Amino acid sequence: MADEKREKPKINLNRVKMPKQEPLVRAHNFDEVATGYTKEMAMEEAGRCIQCKKRNCVAGCPVNVNIPEFVLALRDGNMWDAVDQLKANNALPGICGRVCPQESQCELVCTLGKKGAPIAIGRLERFVADWESDQTNKPKPVIAPSTGKKVAVVGSGPAGLTVAADLAKMGHQITLFEALHVAGGVLVYGIPEFRLPKAIVQGEVDYVKTLGVDVRLDAVIGKIDTVDELLADSYDAMFLGTGAGLPMFLGLPGENLNGIYSANEYLTRTNLMKAYLFPEYDTPIKKSKKIVVIGGGNVAMDSARCAMRLGAEEVYIVYRRSREELPARAEEVENAEEEGIIFKLLTNPKRFIGDENGWVTQMECLEMELGEPDDSGRRRPIVKEGSEFIIDVDTVVVALGTTPNPLIPSTTPGLDTTKKGTVVAEEETGKTVKDKVWAGGDLVTGAATVISAMGAGKRAAVAIDAYLKG
Amino acid sequence: MYKILHREDLTPQIHLFRIEAPAVAKKAQAGQFIILMVDEKGERFPLTIGGWDREEGSVTIVFMEVGKTTRKLATLQAGDSIHAFIGPLGIPTHTDNVGTVVCVAGGFATAIVVPVAQALKDAGNKIISVMGFRSKDMMFWEDKLQDVSDELIICTDDGSCGRKALVTEPLKEVLETHKDVKLVIAIGPTIMMKFASATTKPFGVKTLVSLNPIMVDGTGMCGCCRVEVGGETAFTCVDGPDFDGHQVDWDVLMARQKSYCDEEKTSLDLWEEYCRSQMGGKA
Ligand SMILES: Cc1cc2nc3c(=O)[nH]c(=O)nc-3n(C[C@H](O)[C@H](O)[C@H](O)COP(=O)(O)OP(=O)(O)OC[C@H]3O[C@@H](n4cnc5c(N)ncnc54)[C@H](O)[C@@H]3O)c2cc1C
Ligand SMILES: Cc1cc2nc3c(=O)[nH]c(=O)nc-3n(C[C@H](O)[C@H](O)[C@H](O)COP(=O)(O)OP(=O)(O)OC[C@H]3O[C@@H](n4cnc5c(N)ncnc54)[C@H](O)[C@@H]3O)c2cc1C
Ligand code: SF4
Ligand code: FES
Repeated sequence: MADEKREKPKINLNRVKMPKQEPLVRAHNFDEVATGYTKEMAMEEAGRCIQCKKRNCVAGCPVNVNIPEFVLALRDGNMWDAVDQLKANNALPGICGRVCPQESQCELVCTLGKKGAPIAIGRLERFVADWESDQTNKPKPVIAPSTGKKVAVVGSGPAGLTVAADLAKMGHQITLFEALHVAGGVLVYGIPEFRLPKAIVQGEVDYVKTLGVDVRLDAVIGKIDTVDELLADSYDAMFLGTGAGLPMFLGLPGENLNGIYSANEYLTRTNLMKAYLFPEYDTPIKKSKKIVVIGGGNVAMDSARCAMRLGAEEVYIVYRRSREELPARAEEVENAEEEGIIFKLLTNPKRFIGDENGWVTQMECLEMELGEPDDSGRRRPIVKEGSEFIIDVDTVVVALGTTPNPLIPSTTPGLDTTKKGTVVAEEETGKTVKDKVWAGGDLVTGAATVISAMGAGKRAAVAIDAYLKG
Repeated sequence: MYKILHREDLTPQIHLFRIEAPAVAKKAQAGQFIILMVDEKGERFPLTIGGWDREEGSVTIVFMEVGKTTRKLATLQAGDSIHAFIGPLGIPTHTDNVGTVVCVAGGFATAIVVPVAQALKDAGNKIISVMGFRSKDMMFWEDKLQDVSDELIICTDDGSCGRKALVTEPLKEVLETHKDVKLVIAIGPTIMMKFASATTKPFGVKTLVSLNPIMVDGTGMCGCCRVEVGGETAFTCVDGPDFDGHQVDWDVLMARQKSYCDEEKTSLDLWEEYCRSQMGGKA
């Protein structure tokens, strides 16, 4: 079958469509939106790849996945080869295939993108990862003989999981501390089930455990033992991957009214605590009729799409710039639009108005226009004077972004932090200025991406291993 | 899983559990709290640390049955386990030697006040305690509070024990007669803390209250627990739970505590229905 395709010299510029649940159906359930390629679809899409010598896609990938190699193996149906090529540089392909912003990374620079649709690299990545996880005859991971060295990893997001897995395979004894009652970081508390099924994250956590990693939940480092106490106690090195979990608020009048949530709270209730299954699960969440989500990133899209699925009648995204500047993954913006979410662009909140019982009822907004580019290179939004208008609401979700939780920096003398609260670490190794301590992921970069956190974890693992063996 | 080592019913509705949690016990201090989940489907909710035994590796909690979650917790016995137990969270109560301190305890919070009063006494303070209960049969631990206090005033709403008064009455008298009081600590139902703060304000005596907004994570991650103190927003779980009672915006706190009244009622009704069906099954 694959041979047939190879004979076709003509370049196919159209990608194989991803099967998805119908918008009106999926807007009311928490099942995964994109149901995934079949093997035939995946092989057909892989067959479009022209195997460029220049390997633009590899350069566009933050961890330089061997993209042409895994795509070629997939095209030829050599599935285990595809798995090996893919996993050589990416520890979490089932997750990255689903949530990476491919359109601004590998797919952005794919040669085919110049004339038509780039190869659907993310979808192929997901297919290969899912295929592997369905196999029962998986090869056992190779674990190096024990080095007798102990490493503590703090935080079980993509950065922490990657460091823990890599170091465990190198023969070190790893303890992974997680503050919440479930491991996975943002992958479990933030990103919703319909985008990233929790069973996939759990699969990765289980895999890390099979490597011998001791996962300790409910362990808030800094409140139980501090970093220094762990180091003094028995650990030879530490990796900090505690993310950027602190929500920002607007600081506008009325922001503490009932019905106003941070996106972190809204998503944590919904995803981690499963409020969408209330009252079977005990954690409640407000049943909204008209809800506004403030922000334009993945976090805002996820909040809005959760609100829809929780039964809201009208869901708005209020964003101060225009559609082009929306920082969310393009696919999620499209999905949100298809599901009926209304975008109020070039709009910014001014204050919140409540009723006599302290519930939010209205939000006053301002219209914006775009001026000169700012530091981020995007055009700066400017208030249009006198453009105030009112939106009736019963729920507001503030999705402005997050910063690192100060708990670890404030209880760990000797760490260097920036004004933004991030921890300073070397890009190439993750080494902090503190002896025996490495850091990576959102804690170092500020809120970023899963793949960059995973990449930081990989680099830190190499550096820690070299230190422990040196 | 965290094992319940010991259970004691202080009153029919107020229970004490000693729970095996060595990592928490090692660091626990007076005034801090834990977040607990009864089972996998349970909510995360806070309870104050009522005591600890570092050698045994256990932490004591005292709770009152209110809605579904606390009632579900109350069905567990010694030997059973709970799903999650996270702490110690929040900033410990400052227990410096300031001279004379008045500790005001309302209802179930007596169990929380005892370790705070103990720590203050150990620091060299003179302790005058005022405890208030609805009636004598809901009262507990007057002996323990007596042990850590130089003076103890008991009041009940119905006069069935001690004075027939709300705690604010004796509190006011104490402040009038003891000019050396440097600090008041009031812990109990929100409404009691609000009025205790109002009582002490004219005297200009610093008043600490332990706020109890709704929480989820308890580590500063969600902002559910935000309160307004001195015109600024604070997160109770990381900036508190102790705050200056004269600075707290009580209306915001009380409104936010009512965020889920309807859902709480749904949960409780279903729980009661479930309990009835279980009883029916056994009969
Ligand atoms: C709603 C949402 C949607 C997103 N969507 C995307 C997307 O589509 N694509 C994408 O690439 N990225 C997305 N991101 C960003 C991405 O999830 C993060 O960049 C990534 O998870 C960062 O990984 P991390 O390992 O650094 O930290 P995190 O995933 O934040 O994990 C940190 C962990 O450390 C724990 N921790 C914190 N403090 C302590 C402590 N003191 N002791 C012990 N444990 C502690 C936390 O509980 C947490 O589990 C999204 C983020 C959010 C919030
Ligand atoms: C820092 C802190 C310390 C506390 N210490 C104690 C203690 O030592 N002993 C004790 O008996 N109680 C304590 N509480 C209160 C206790 O958390 C609530 O009584 C409990 O959550 C009620 O749950 P429920 O399902 O039984 O009742 P529900 O019917 O669900 O709620 C009753 C009321 O409790 C409050 N509440 C509900 N859910 C939460 C939540 N997740 N977090 C906080 N409050 C909630 C709400 O104001 C609600 O109106 C404390 C609260 C806080 C914030
Ligand atoms: S750039 Fe696109 S076409 Fe070229 S090798 Fe990479 S995926 Fe294939
Ligand atoms: S309970 Fe979530 S921030 Fe305090």
